[in-house]
Amino acid sequence: MSTPAMTVDQVAGPTQAMRSRQWTQLLRSTLGMWRARIGLVIVAILVVIALAGPLFAPHSPTQFVAAPNSPPSSQALFGADSLGRDVWSRFLYGGRSVLGLSVAATIIGVGLGLLIGLTAAYAGGLVDEILMRIADVFMAFPQIVLALLLVSAFGPKLWLIVLTVGISHAPRVARVMRGAAQQVVERDFVKAAEAVGEPRRRIIFGELLPNVTSPLLVECGLRLTYSIGLIAAISFLGFGLQPPNSDWGLMINENRLAVTVQPWGVLLPVLAIALLTIGTNLVTDGIARAAIGIDRGD
Amino acid sequence: MSTTAEPKPTSPTNAVAVRDLRIELISSGVDVVDAIMIEVRAGEVLGLVGESGSGKTTVGMALMGYCRPGGHVTGGNVLIDGRELEGLAAGELRRLRGGTVSYIPQDPGTALNPALRIERQLSEILDAHAGDTTAEQRRARMRETLEEVALPSDDEFMRRYPHQLSGGQQQRVAIAMAFACRPHVIVCDEPTTGLDVTTQARVLQTVRELCQSHQVAALYVSHDLAVVAELADHVAVMYSGRIVERGPRDAIFSRPRHPYTRRLLRAVPDLEGKRAVVGIPGRAPLPGQRPQGCFFEPRCDLAIDSCRERFPEATEYGEGHLVHCYRADDAPDQLPTTGGDSAATEPGEVVVSVQRVNASHGSHHTLFDIDLEVRRNECVALVGESGSGKTTLARCISGLHHQYTGEIELAGTHLPESSRKRSNEARKQIQYVFQNPYASLNPRRTVGQTIARQLNLFFGGGRDSGQRVGECLERVALSAAAANRFPDQLSGGERQRVAIARALAAEPSLLVCDEITSALDVSVQAAIVDLLRQLRGETGLSMLFITHNLALIRTIADRVVVMTEGRIVESGATANVFQSPKAEYTGHLLANTPTVEAALGR
Repeated sequence: MSTPAMTVDQVAGPTQAMRSRQWTQLLRSTLGMWRARIGLVIVAILVVIALAGPLFAPHSPTQFVAAPNSPPSSQALFGADSLGRDVWSRFLYGGRSVLGLSVAATIIGVGLGLLIGLTAAYAGGLVDEILMRIADVFMAFPQIVLALLLVSAFGPKLWLIVLTVGISHAPRVARVMRGAAQQVVERDFVKAAEAVGEPRRRIIFGELLPNVTSPLLVECGLRLTYSIGLIAAISFLGFGLQPPNSDWGLMINENRLAVTVQPWGVLLPVLAIALLTIGTNLVTDGIARAAIGIDRGD
Repeated sequence: MSTTAEPKPTSPTNAVAVRDLRIELISSGVDVVDAIMIEVRAGEVLGLVGESGSGKTTVGMALMGYCRPGGHVTGGNVLIDGRELEGLAAGELRRLRGGTVSYIPQDPGTALNPALRIERQLSEILDAHAGDTTAEQRRARMRETLEEVALPSDDEFMRRYPHQLSGGQQQRVAIAMAFACRPHVIVCDEPTTGLDVTTQARVLQTVRELCQSHQVAALYVSHDLAVVAELADHVAVMYSGRIVERGPRDAIFSRPRHPYTRRLLRAVPDLEGKRAVVGIPGRAPLPGQRPQGCFFEPRCDLAIDSCRERFPEATEYGEGHLVHCYRADDAPDQLPTTGGDSAATEPGEVVVSVQRVNASHGSHHTLFDIDLEVRRNECVALVGESGSGKTTLARCISGLHHQYTGEIELAGTHLPESSRKRSNEARKQIQYVFQNPYASLNPRRTVGQTIARQLNLFFGGGRDSGQRVGECLERVALSAAAANRFPDQLSGGERQRVAIARALAAEPSLLVCDEITSALDVSVQAAIVDLLRQLRGETGLSMLFITHNLALIRTIADRVVVMTEGRIVESGATANVFQSPKAEYTGHLLANTPTVEAALGR
C-alpha cells in the first residue's frame, strides 16, 4: 500500500466533531445579515413585551380606570378603551395569547406538513399522489375560511383555533418539504441506506430530515408570520379569546368604532402585530438567504 | 542544460501566448495560479494536464478573458493573436469570445440550451460573430460545420432538440458551435470526460482533424493523460496552480523529469498489464496552504533540503522541455514495468449467481437473459459503455432494482427482488459501493456516525463502537481521526475510502463496486484500485467491479464480462480477453481505449 497515512488531519477546520456544525454555520451567516439582525431585535422586543408585559402593567386588564374612550392621561398612559379600561395595560396583557397560539399553531402545522411532505417524497408513486391530492383539496380553501368554518361549527375554543390554523398550514408546508426532500431522495446515500435495509422511519428521519433543515427553518418562520396574522384576524372576528380577556386582535375589534376619537386602542395592537410579522419575516428571509450559501454543494 | 528564467520573446506565429499569468482571489489575495507560461502555435494542440483543483480550468478560462467570480488577474498577460486581453473593452471581449477564441465545454448536456433547436444553437453564434454575411451563407456554413464534425446536416437533424441527441452527438454539436466561426484558438475543457470510449475516440479525432485543417491552436485541458498523449503536440503539467513541467509530448511521456509527472504517469492504468498502477499519497495543497518551497515536496520521495526552501526555477532539458525541479536529473529515466497483471487467485465456491435475468425500466427492456457467477475470492469485472445495463445488473444483485425476472442466488439460496424483502444476512453479505462519493455519504453525518450505523445494523451496538469505527477506517488507510469529519471536509478519494469502509464494515462476502473511480482523479483512482487489490489479498473478498475503463481492470480482475445493450457478449479470464478478444465489440473497445503507450508508439 503506497498510502499508509492519508492526510485527513491537515484539512482545514477544527478537529473535533461538532454535531451542530451546520447550525452554528447557519446561525453565523444569518446574523451576519442586517435584515436578520433588525428582525431579531424587533421580534425580541415584542416577545419581551408579550411575555413580561403583565409584570409591568399599571392596572389589571379588566379594571375600569377612566372615562370610556378618554385620551391619554396620567391615569391611563394611552387612554382608555370604550369601556374605560386602560389601553396600555390591556396591550401589555394581550400579547401572550397571540404569541402562544401562533407558536402552537406553527408547531402543529409545520410538524404535520413535514411528516406528510417527507413521507410523500420518500414513498413516491401512489402514496405521494394521494397525499398531495388531498393537500390540494385543503389548499383550495382559503386558510381563513377553513378556520372560520370549523370554529363556527364547533364554537370558539382555543385548542380548536390552534388546531385549525395548524392544519390549514400543513398542506402548504407539505408541498415545500416534499419538493426539498425529493432532491435528497434521489441521492445515493438514501439508496445506500435502502440497500442495507434501514427501516423506512429511520431513512425519513435519519437521512432525509437532516438534509432539509434549512427549508424547514424557513417554513417555520414563514408559517409563524402567517399564524400571527391569521390568529389576530380570528380574534378580531370574535372567534378567538372571548371578552373580557385581552388580546391584540380582539382589542382592534373592540376599539375600532372609536378609532377617530381614541386611536391608541387600535394603533398599539396593530403596530405590534405588524412589527411582529415584519420581524419574523426579516429573520426568515435572513435564514433563507444564509441557507442558500450553506446547502449548496454537499 | 541552462536556466531560463526569462521568457523567450513571443514569435508572431504563436496564436496563444500566456506570460507569467497570476490570478488571485479577491478576498484573500492568495494566488490561484501563478507564473503560468503557455505558448500554442496555430494548428497545434497543447495538453494542459492536472488533477482537480490544480487550476487548469482557471488557465483555460483566462484565454477567453474570463475569470470566475472571486478571482482577478493581478499579473502577467494573455496574448491571443498577439493582442493583449487585459484592458480590452467589454464589447471587444464579447467579439473575441466565440469568434476568435471559442470553448468546448465539459458537459454538453448542460452547455446546450435544452429549449433551442440545433439550428438555433448554431445560428446564434454565427449571428453574433458573422453579422456581415447573408442568411444563406450562414446556413451553408452551418451545414458545412455539422458535416465537419460528422453529424447529419439535413433539415430534419437541424430541427432536433438537444435531448433528442446522444451524449456524443451533443458533444459534437458543441464542437460544431465552437468551430462555426473559424476561431483561431479553441479551449477544450475535458470535453470527453463524460463520454464512452468509442464516442471519445471519435470526438478526439474530430477535434484533431479540425485543428489541423483550420490551423487552430487548441488548449486541451484534461486530467486524462492517455487522452492528452493521443491528441497533444505539447504538454504542460500543472500542480497546485503552477506549471511544473512542460515540453513536447514525447519528451513529457517518455522522459518525464518532474517527480509529479512521473507519479502521475505511473497512476495511469496500463491496458497491456505490464505495470501496476500506483497512486500518489497525500493530496495537493489548496491555495493559501502551500508549503514555502516546492509545492510537491511534501508528497515527493526525492525531496531534499533545497526543495523546502524555494520554489524551483525552470531548467531546460532539450528543446522546449522545461522542468521546475531540483531533482530532475536524479529521476530514473524509465517507468517501472513490473507487477502488472492481477495476481492469480484460486476461486472458491459460488457466492452469487445470476440466472436468466431480464430487467426493465418501466416498459423499457434493459437486460436480456443475463447469466453471471461470482466465486469466493474472485474479482469479476463487468465492462460496458453507458447504457449497456451494467449498473442495472449491479442494482438487481444488490436489491435496489426490483423490476426483473429470473433468479439471483446468494450462496445457493434465492434472493427476493427488493432489498427490503431480503434477510438481514443477505443484505449484509452483498455490499454496494456507489459511483459518486459526493452523493453516497449523508452530508449531515460524520464519517464515524455513518460507519457506526452500519456496524449497529449488522452487529448491534456496543460500547467499543468508536474503536471499531477506527479499525474500519484504518483498513482503508484513513486515520481514525477521520471519524470526526463531515464528508465535505474530505477529498473525493477520501470520501470513496469512507464509502468502502462503510461497505466493508458489514464484513460482506461480495463487494459490488459501481464505477467507483470514475469521479476521481487518476492518482486517486490508482490508490483506490491499489487498496481494493490489497483488501482482496487480505480477506478473500469477492468483488464485482463495474467500469467502462478497460485499462483499469487489467490489474485487478480475474475474469472479465463484457456487456453491451443489455447483453453479455463476452466473458473469460482477464488476460485471454485482453489478448484475444472473441467478440467484435470487445476488440472495438480495446482499440478505442486511449493509452499513453499506444499514443507514443504511433
